[in-house]
Amino acid sequence: MKGLKFIVTGILFGIVMSKSEAISWYRIQEMFRFQSFHMYGIIGTAVVLGVISVYLIKKFKMRDYQGNPIIFTPKEKSVPRYLFGGIIFGLGWALVGSCPGPLFVNLGHAYWPILLAIFGGLLGTYFYGVLRDRLPH
Amino acid sequence: MLETLSQPWPWYVSGAVLALIMVLMLFFGKLFGFSSNFRVICAACGAGTRVPFFDFNWKSQLWNVLFLVGAILGGWISTTFLSNGEAVQISQATIRDIQELGFSAPKGLQPEELFGTEALFSLKTIALLLGGGFMIGFGSRYAGGCTSGHAISGLSNLQWPSLVAVVGFFIGGLIMTFLLYPLIF
Repeated sequence: MKGLKFIVTGILFGIVMSKSEAISWYRIQEMFRFQSFHMYGIIGTAVVLGVISVYLIKKFKMRDYQGNPIIFTPKEKSVPRYLFGGIIFGLGWALVGSCPGPLFVNLGHAYWPILLAIFGGLLGTYFYGVLRDRLPH
Repeated sequence: MLETLSQPWPWYVSGAVLALIMVLMLFFGKLFGFSSNFRVICAACGAGTRVPFFDFNWKSQLWNVLFLVGAILGGWISTTFLSNGEAVQISQATIRDIQELGFSAPKGLQPEELFGTEALFSLKTIALLLGGGFMIGFGSRYAGGCTSGHAISGLSNLQWPSLVAVVGFFIGGLIMTFLLYPLIF
């Protein structure tokens, strides 16, 4: 089954987010209050190793498992959408204590009220789609 | 082995595994980014007939939905087989701060005040979770990505727009934590 590798990688993601406690509202509060290194350590390690990995992938022109070149599409250059969108996202992240991935990992932990936040996420995405042409990007 | 895995994992292990996940996805020919799933689910529910933003070949993105299903399973595996049931060990300073807002010290992974079953009977909590989720969904699509797509994939590729997004995440998070929490709780 071609899709199995994505499920397995997702399982690894769910486990690491759980065991690092990055899905916990408490950890996110601690992070935004600058009272622990924990979350910064996680993100920092991931970024440093990520930068090295991407550099090596580009330098050695590595290919994916099907033999296609690994392509990196640059993000479109602008400021408003990243800044305004980012701020709105951050407000929600600090309130719920989860970003999109952890919302679903928390479901696996049977924190059922998080379904409300997931439903809200779908609504918010839908409204972005509706308002998209009227927003500065 | 299982006992070791059941302890909370140190930050450097967790960060390294996250980088590995991003590289694995690249090796699979995909880009690690979770919030796109919201757009895919909207499209799969038929939003494309009314709103052009959702009129795209969402079936080509089903790999990401499989990743999402895996994430839920991973959460279930963690809580069922890899949990020692201990409370999150956050700093004393944070415990003091959240107690002032009316939250109790951690007893598990999440506060009962927001995620206990009783929370479902409080209009205020329902509104907070719905509204918070709304901002997560709206903001991540507006910014074109969330913590995975920008903070990890984007920064790893040295994309300055991703840095702007991450700075935005923190501006929003700090406004919520220091200005709005005292008004809400």
